[in-house]
Amino acid sequence: MARLTEENVRLAREIIGRYPKPRSATIPLLHLAQEQDGYVTNDAMAHIGELVGATSAEVYGTASFYEMFKFEPVGKYLINICGTMSCALMGGEELMHHAESRLGIHMGGTTPDGLFTLEKAECQAACTEAPCLQVNYRYRFRVTSENFDTLIDQLQAGELNDEIPAHGTVASVRQHIPAERGVGAVAPEDVTEGPAWLDGKAAL
Amino acid sequence: MTSNPGGTWPHAPGFIAGDRPRIVTSRFEYEDSYTLERYLATDGYSGLRAALVRPATEVHDEVKNATVLGRGGAGFPAGNKWGLTPQGVWPRYLVVNGDESEPGTYKDRLLMERDPHQLIEGCLIACYAAGLSQCFLYIRGEMALAQERVAAALNDAYAAGYVGKNILGSKFSVDIVLHWGAGAYVVGEETALIESLEGNRGMPRLKPPYFPAAIGLYGQPTIVNNVETLANLPWLLRNGAEAYTAIGTATSPGTRMVAVSGHVQRPGVYEIINGITTFRDLLYGEEFCQGIRNGNELKAFVPGGGSAPWFTPDQLDLPFEASQVGPAGSMLGSGAIMVMDSTTDIPRAALTLTRFYAHESCGKCTPCREGGTWLERILSRVVDGKGTDADLDQLMEVGESICPGAFPHASNEKLGIAAVPFPYRMNTICFVGPSAYAPVHSALTLFRDEFEARVTKRTLIPVTAVAQ
Repeated sequence: MARLTEENVRLAREIIGRYPKPRSATIPLLHLAQEQDGYVTNDAMAHIGELVGATSAEVYGTASFYEMFKFEPVGKYLINICGTMSCALMGGEELMHHAESRLGIHMGGTTPDGLFTLEKAECQAACTEAPCLQVNYRYRFRVTSENFDTLIDQLQAGELNDEIPAHGTVASVRQHIPAERGVGAVAPEDVTEGPAWLDGKAAL
Repeated sequence: MTSNPGGTWPHAPGFIAGDRPRIVTSRFEYEDSYTLERYLATDGYSGLRAALVRPATEVHDEVKNATVLGRGGAGFPAGNKWGLTPQGVWPRYLVVNGDESEPGTYKDRLLMERDPHQLIEGCLIACYAAGLSQCFLYIRGEMALAQERVAAALNDAYAAGYVGKNILGSKFSVDIVLHWGAGAYVVGEETALIESLEGNRGMPRLKPPYFPAAIGLYGQPTIVNNVETLANLPWLLRNGAEAYTAIGTATSPGTRMVAVSGHVQRPGVYEIINGITTFRDLLYGEEFCQGIRNGNELKAFVPGGGSAPWFTPDQLDLPFEASQVGPAGSMLGSGAIMVMDSTTDIPRAALTLTRFYAHESCGKCTPCREGGTWLERILSRVVDGKGTDADLDQLMEVGESICPGAFPHASNEKLGIAAVPFPYRMNTICFVGPSAYAPVHSALTLFRDEFEARVTKRTLIPVTAVAQ
């Protein structure tokens, strides 16, 4: 439980390099830490602070604002059930009750085997496909009690391992800017002129 | 091509096409719409080429002439927004608002998942026209697929020379950096988005002085544009402002994406013609939602995302036109309609929204931080049957401490009330606080009887002496 690994420090430096100011990388690096350990550890926050030039308290100050960062272990699968209007109108609350009884935990709880954490989420931008839920931020639409039970069975049996990575990984594709193609980030104070293409002529 | 009579495709759940012009969703029918190959095979990056053979100011004028209204909520024309940056201050940045999280809204997610190159091309055109030297594409944290699709598209676009240094061999160079959030609704507010992008808690900044166009990211002039707004630009540059304004009306040209959810027969995301399509068309039209579910009666609908005051059947004939919806007491907002049929428990429905905004308050402004929570608690008590009629007055009082003066609401013939036009006054920096009040105010104004039926009347509590 720890600081970022060497490989992740390399990734972190690549991410930091894209921003005119290193602190802009704070949230992406917190995601990286959560991907590494499943949650954000104190050591990782201190390490991120060193990398972006902030104190660990400042990093925690930022991290604690955002719903997705967890500061203690959660289940391998974080199940977020939407509770906002469109889903509520279509049975979202009933789905939550069903989920609680199926998993034997309340909203916010984790099953004793460490497999599932259940959370009530706010609008997930899938309102026409209500009620919806996300497992580690992968959607399931128009979820009935039966669908939910099948989903839990499949997750328990490991049948969805290819589609749904363990909690911590959000996107499994990263941006990579090739050195020879990138313009590179410049600190704003080092820029004094407007861009070259604003010279009144066509660029091509 | 895979199409079917209903205009729906399994790879694009939620989207329904129909026989109308499609500006931003033209590739949705292709299963591989998100790939560079498909994009290039369907006019991809030709809008960028059309832009780069003209001077930047001309491209800016083209966008201005098309009156591309911002699709994020405020509806401010993008071309005019770009012109608000102070002269001679460099660098300037583009921040793309892909933090879509307004209740009922989703279109930006589909645009990012289904056609990421169109968004990238839109970003490039905006950067070229407005002289913006770096672009940050901020995607909502919970949208894993959108992040993956945009990341992959950017990697391909960089490799193919569409993004980065000397784009298409020209003197135009710009980086697009994919950035992603971590779950906070308020970050959809542009100044909070900038705070978040600087690595801070996503709390809105006071305007003035922090208008992003003047003092934005790192204190520099910054344009914040919504995903759908930018997605319009490739088509616009390919076809010209005249073709764009030929669709829709003079004040609301083009199309816009609208999500209709809740109690309709066929909920979906539709690309509609701006300015002329009415709420009745959308809710009852054969090509749209095909009526209320189970043949029920329509009770109420939220016309423009969870923050918008509610409408009832009285307002069905209003078109998707801000200059008519505003005076009628609400807003078009982010293009999200949530429909409630006659079976809806109105106080509970209002609670699902108020709870959302109370939960999402960033805590910076007292009226929102405290007021939102008060509204939620009092409303919960009323919904649970533990409230009194004093609570109903108190809900309004708390609301007035967030938004002083008359709060906008719709007219209602049966109740004999006239509309109070949009917008409202507010004691908070951003709209999260007022949004917690909007559903309470609408529900109480239009359906007070449902609340009264649930509360104990103080006057009916028998007063008995302790002893005789």
